[in-house]
Amino acid sequence: MKRTGIYFWTGAALFLGAALLMTQVIGNQYPFFAGYVILQFIVLAVAWSILGGYAGYVNFGTAAFFGIGVYTSVFLFKATGAPLPVQIAAAAAIGALMGFALGLLTLRMQGIFFSIATIAATIIIETAITNWRYVGGAAGIQLQRPAVTAPFDNYVEMLFFVQAMLVVLAVAISRYIQRSWMGRGLQALKDDELAAECTGVPTLRLKLMACVISGALMCAAGAPGAMYLQYADPSSAFNLNYSVSTLAMSLIGGTAHWAGPVIGAIVLGTTQQLLTVTISSEVNVLVLGVMLVLFVVAAPEGIIGLVRKVRRKRNEGEG
Amino acid sequence: MFSFELLRDAVLIGVLLGCFYAAVSLGLSIAFGLLDVPHVAHPAFLVLAAYVVYFLNEHYGVDPLLAGLLITPLFFLFGLVAYRLYYETFEKRGSDAGVRGIAFFFGIAFIIEVLIILQFGVDQRSVTADYVGKAWRIGEMRIPFRLVVAFVVAVALTVLLTLYLSRTFMGRAIRAVAQDQEALRLMGANPIRIKQWAFGIATAVLGIAGALLIIVAPVEPTLDRAYIGRTFCVVVMAGLGSMSGTLVAAIILGVAETIVLTLFGASWAPAISFAMLLGVLAVRPQGLFGRRS
Repeated sequence: MKRTGIYFWTGAALFLGAALLMTQVIGNQYPFFAGYVILQFIVLAVAWSILGGYAGYVNFGTAAFFGIGVYTSVFLFKATGAPLPVQIAAAAAIGALMGFALGLLTLRMQGIFFSIATIAATIIIETAITNWRYVGGAAGIQLQRPAVTAPFDNYVEMLFFVQAMLVVLAVAISRYIQRSWMGRGLQALKDDELAAECTGVPTLRLKLMACVISGALMCAAGAPGAMYLQYADPSSAFNLNYSVSTLAMSLIGGTAHWAGPVIGAIVLGTTQQLLTVTISSEVNVLVLGVMLVLFVVAAPEGIIGLVRKVRRKRNEGEG
Repeated sequence: MFSFELLRDAVLIGVLLGCFYAAVSLGLSIAFGLLDVPHVAHPAFLVLAAYVVYFLNEHYGVDPLLAGLLITPLFFLFGLVAYRLYYETFEKRGSDAGVRGIAFFFGIAFIIEVLIILQFGVDQRSVTADYVGKAWRIGEMRIPFRLVVAFVVAVALTVLLTLYLSRTFMGRAIRAVAQDQEALRLMGANPIRIKQWAFGIATAVLGIAGALLIIVAPVEPTLDRAYIGRTFCVVVMAGLGSMSGTLVAAIILGVAETIVLTLFGASWAPAISFAMLLGVLAVRPQGLFGRRS
């Protein structure tokens, strides 16, 4: 293992250890409620960037994957009382299938047409769920949490830790893709799909793999959401805000490096949590919009790009 | 439960509704169809126009259609500024304009949505005028008068814009810039100024379209999300940039929506436009009357 790899896995282990320690030490529930949402957005943003950042296909269907994740849990829990790990695994499997369908879509559409098609698919899926009585229909459905597993003494704390594990998983996968032949292939097809295809990059296989991985992770991130809220309804589970927030976090962080979406999700997610508590959820959306526009206009490479620029200037200054 | 009368009513209402959809999509047909601007904030601009009309009607008693006409110059200027901003930040820099352009317009749409919520609240708003709330009776049928108004204005607007694009110098220039920007530049014309003008027109049309929107039904701040599907469905189905195609495509959408509404109920309605959009994109991306093969 290379040295950066050792650093990475040590960092991941420390992160999980800290998360576990938090659940044992902190008695107040609020940090876990807020932290869960931020962790969930890290997974979504990292997963989104695998397709949106590396391959350049702007997916506005994050809400569809997230919502299907939530509703997979709802269905399994209502039908069989399946435990949380089963819910997440099933959601990931369904997400992978949806991702495959999304990948087939990239065969026919690129650019804005792909983006619009993903919005369209989101609304269609939402409407189908709205009309499905078994999972509550438009009115939504209440869920009763089962007993919590040791060593946690509270369900939200457990969900927090589960989501932290998903973060490590998502980041590890994204980091691996970026550093492997897949990342380079995706980069090539982002720059020029036709040229990449001509020089022997298996574009279709790469796109399908990126879509499947991205979709599975997004659905998995949504799966614990049903138990988190103890309630699910289509219009909030499939809310377009998830799509735009995820996109904003990735772009604000920068999509050139796996750390970009993580940084973006932490910055924007924390800001949103603070704003929701201190001011209101409307202002929260306003800040999301303003930050998205500002970054897209003034710092197209995101925070990662800004950091790189500063570093380059410093190096030039020294040399 | 299914009867011929029911179907006939649905088709008739659908045609009227479709013409209204054409009116709200014409601007996008220019902005996205002709100029290739990924203008996902178009429906948000539309809802914004509807709220400005509401404001004028509520506080000054201005007739909604007149109010729509009054705000067109304002929206024209708004369009000029918006395009200039978009051009300077994205088109001029070239690479990756698509991805960031969509993100940019989505950001703008969210900002508009929230500003409307902060100013007017989340409740539904509607206008008062003589023709809102009345209906024509033809035998058994009731045709809401507001739909007839929308129909007449929409058809007039479509005809006017078609004439403008085919008969006037500026209109022809806009179509030329859509076909080959580089050729126009070589001939000594400034394609960017023409595009800016065209985007201004596209936004100005929204003044009247917004008035129609609030005449046809009450509006709420997040209404733009449903209209993303409708307007893009119409424009893509029409074949990018075709005005008469826009009218036909919008009527197809309107009829499809009312038939589904009659047969399956309102809960399926939001999916119709998006399903048709997805279908058209997958099967015939160049649209029914496409200019590109």
